[in-house]
Amino acid sequence: MDAKTLQARLLELIRRTSCELPPDVIRAVDKGWRREKPGTNAKYAFGVIRDNIKLAAGKSQPLCQDTGTIICDVARPDWVSERAFRAAFEKAVDEATRVGYLRQNSVDSITGRNSGNNLGPGSPVIHFHETTAKALTARLMLKGGGCENVGAQYSLPDTGLGAGRDLEGVRRCVLDAVNKAQGKGCGPGVLGVCIGGDRATGYVASKEALLRPLDDVHADPVLAKLERRLLDEANTLGIGPMGFGGATTLLGVKITARNRVPASYFVSVSYMCWAYRRDGFQLSAAGKIAKWLYD
Amino acid sequence: MLLEAPFTEEKMRALKVGDLVEISGVVYTGRDAVHKYLHEGGKPPVDLRDAIIYHCGPVVVKEGGRWVVKAAGPTTSIREEPFQGPLMEQYGLRGVIGKGGMGPKTLAACQKVGACYLHAVGGAAQVLAECVTAVEGVHLMEEFGSPEAIWEFRVAKFPAVVTMDAHGKSLHANVASASAEALSRLLKP
Repeated sequence: MDAKTLQARLLELIRRTSCELPPDVIRAVDKGWRREKPGTNAKYAFGVIRDNIKLAAGKSQPLCQDTGTIICDVARPDWVSERAFRAAFEKAVDEATRVGYLRQNSVDSITGRNSGNNLGPGSPVIHFHETTAKALTARLMLKGGGCENVGAQYSLPDTGLGAGRDLEGVRRCVLDAVNKAQGKGCGPGVLGVCIGGDRATGYVASKEALLRPLDDVHADPVLAKLERRLLDEANTLGIGPMGFGGATTLLGVKITARNRVPASYFVSVSYMCWAYRRDGFQLSAAGKIAKWLYD
Repeated sequence: MLLEAPFTEEKMRALKVGDLVEISGVVYTGRDAVHKYLHEGGKPPVDLRDAIIYHCGPVVVKEGGRWVVKAAGPTTSIREEPFQGPLMEQYGLRGVIGKGGMGPKTLAACQKVGACYLHAVGGAAQVLAECVTAVEGVHLMEEFGSPEAIWEFRVAKFPAVVTMDAHGKSLHANVASASAEALSRLLKP
């Protein structure tokens, strides 16, 4: 595959991620909509959300104007170098910005100047892993600032929350984070949670957890049970979509764990908004999209 | 119910928390950079008397010499909490459209000047962009960049929920106190 083809495929990944929510997310939104009582602000919010999902896909325009931090996770086979992938991806991002799939969203933190094309130090974010598979797998997440701002990291023990260094402590942190977020992260949200790691790897892993399909069940029965429990408990808080009040505060909880040093016990929580823009594909060496990962 | 320009004090004081409104008229976008600029004494490039500010950083592109709005949902409002109340009082703002709600300073200003906080559905950038019928101008574009500029949007039937009214009521405060109570039950040792 030549560089132009790779760029075109990546542009399509960006377009699809920005404009079309994957089916697993739509199913969760529909379930939330059915759960809310008619005539409530919660039901109304879900109605607008559902209309918006259809409209964005139909018009091929961004679901949300905050096209967020661009985070790409790549399993890279031998036939493409990191350098070549990055170059193609950056060109695709630049083009996607010009045609309006992405907002001009990269600002110099010192001067306040917007780079105008989403490129700059640290932008876009690409995580590479090597793979022995023939196909390249790329997953893309567009994570808006509103939900990123309500993410939280706890260092246990936390005496204020009565949270010790165990899963009960983790539970207390996660519920506290949901309560603090209220409607500010564009709920109903999905949580990515990492237990352990250091401050940096904990947050990275919490975002990686958001790449899982929304309706899967964790392979570890202990974490599967905790995910279920946290989802149910968070939905008794009554915060509801947009913080309007209601029965649907979260759409999902995804937990992962990393080893830690004996002295540290971090719980890192990334909050993803209902506009859960993440998609991915497998791309053959010949440039054919073999599979969309969340369909 | 319809909320049509001119946005008078009387119209805003008639609104109550929980009301669904459809806004028609001109609204001005303004977010972090604009609020900081005005708060530091910058001269507003538009007349803000009886105006509605929209916390929004839209996607707007030029097609065939015209501005076309590609996406225009609300951004999180609470970041403007330090500025919003004073600006409401200084300029006589009649409303703020945003998401996530605002705090006690803004609520007090709403009550004092006769203004409301109008909550649009966050993330619903297409439904809301459909309500923008014309882009009537743009200001401070060079200084702040496109998402942070002041865009003059003519809107028709732009949907929002009144979540903070001119009578001192806030849906956000109610939901937060109920959820804090529910949380303390869940976290009982």
